[in-house]
Amino acid sequence: MKTEWPLWEVFIRGQHGLNHRHVGSLHAPDAEMAIKNARDVYTRRNEGVSIWVVEAAHISASSPSDKGPLYEPSESKVYRHPTFFDIPDEAGHM
Amino acid sequence: MYAQMVTSEATQEDPQKLAAFQARIDAGEKIEPKDWMPEGYRKTLIRQIGQHAHSEIVGQLPEGNWITRAPTLERKAILLAKVQDEAGHGLYLYGAAETLGVSRDELTEMLLDGRMKYSSIFNYPTLTWADMGAVGWLVDGAAIMNQVPLQRTSYGPYSRAMIRICKEESFHQRQGYHIMMKMAQGTPAQKKMAQDALNRFWYPSLMMFGPSDKDSVHSAQSMKWKIKMNTNDELRQKFVDQTVPQAEYLGLTVPDETLRWNEEKGGYDFAEPDWSEFFDVIKGNGPCNTERLAARNKAWDDGAWVREGLIAHAEKRRAAKLAAE
Repeated sequence: MKTEWPLWEVFIRGQHGLNHRHVGSLHAPDAEMAIKNARDVYTRRNEGVSIWVVEAAHISASSPSDKGPLYEPSESKVYRHPTFFDIPDEAGHM
Repeated sequence: MYAQMVTSEATQEDPQKLAAFQARIDAGEKIEPKDWMPEGYRKTLIRQIGQHAHSEIVGQLPEGNWITRAPTLERKAILLAKVQDEAGHGLYLYGAAETLGVSRDELTEMLLDGRMKYSSIFNYPTLTWADMGAVGWLVDGAAIMNQVPLQRTSYGPYSRAMIRICKEESFHQRQGYHIMMKMAQGTPAQKKMAQDALNRFWYPSLMMFGPSDKDSVHSAQSMKWKIKMNTNDELRQKFVDQTVPQAEYLGLTVPDETLRWNEEKGGYDFAEPDWSEFFDVIKGNGPCNTERLAARNKAWDDGAWVREGLIAHAEKRRAAKLAAE
């Protein structure tokens, strides 16, 4: 039998109150082992308080060639930023 | 270095695409796994990152050799933590290589059957406890020289792996130097062991950077792609300049009678290692090549039932869960 363990992507919450962040990947037979391995591989120096693992095959990603159609529309919408609006100092902090 | 003499692959693609790719690199952009990249870039990276990963894994063997014989419980715990780190470094790097479309098992098999290499340094034996000091101080020291600039490499996953590794690597070098300090300040017999370890590891450490590559076309291509950040000679010089004062502090003598401070260049003049020995070790004729590869093959073969058993168990549980739904 020749079966490679599936690839898992590992996400770690570094501190209470922060988002989980992608830190890398590893191979494991199942989710339970993936978390155990992630603890050994990615939190040897107190790097985390919580671990998520997701099988890499279950992640869908945007394609680099979609960069234009996906992100360009927001470039022309400068009014989405607060600095677009001039508010006189007299109005106070806003 | 941990990746020595990596030959770069020629690449034959649309010149326009190549130019756009080079422009991204020149602008300091990171290349990510799904981005278009030249075949040569991809293949060279697989070779280099793979060789680096294999070095981390095989590099556990010379040090693992001393875990059971460390002089104190504290030293044993430290060495164990260091060797565990090396396994972690190997995994970060395999992970980075896998984003280029090669599988972990393929990489492992290429190491085991000799198609891929690991650093020449790990084919030397670790004969005494002082060697644990020399390995941490010199071998990890030389590795750091190469790895620090590689944090800025153009390939995103490789760069991120290097950043993690560099964070952890400083502990390795310092624990090694600490062992050397203890030995050098110890009994005359201990100091002699420390000197002997330096004598044996000095030239193999210089070889880690690989032969001079200032005229190499492969290196030029890799540097253009920011896969390689410095020439081998630059890094070797930096390593010698940093290490010689550290040896002096220990009261140990670098085994090179030609070693002199050169005021003009602001660095040391030093003797080249015996490159015929280097090529011999690379070819498989070093003192421990056979032993190292045999140990990796044995670990892989002996672990087969664990890999197969755990995947079978996972599949069984998945099937049971599906049936229950």
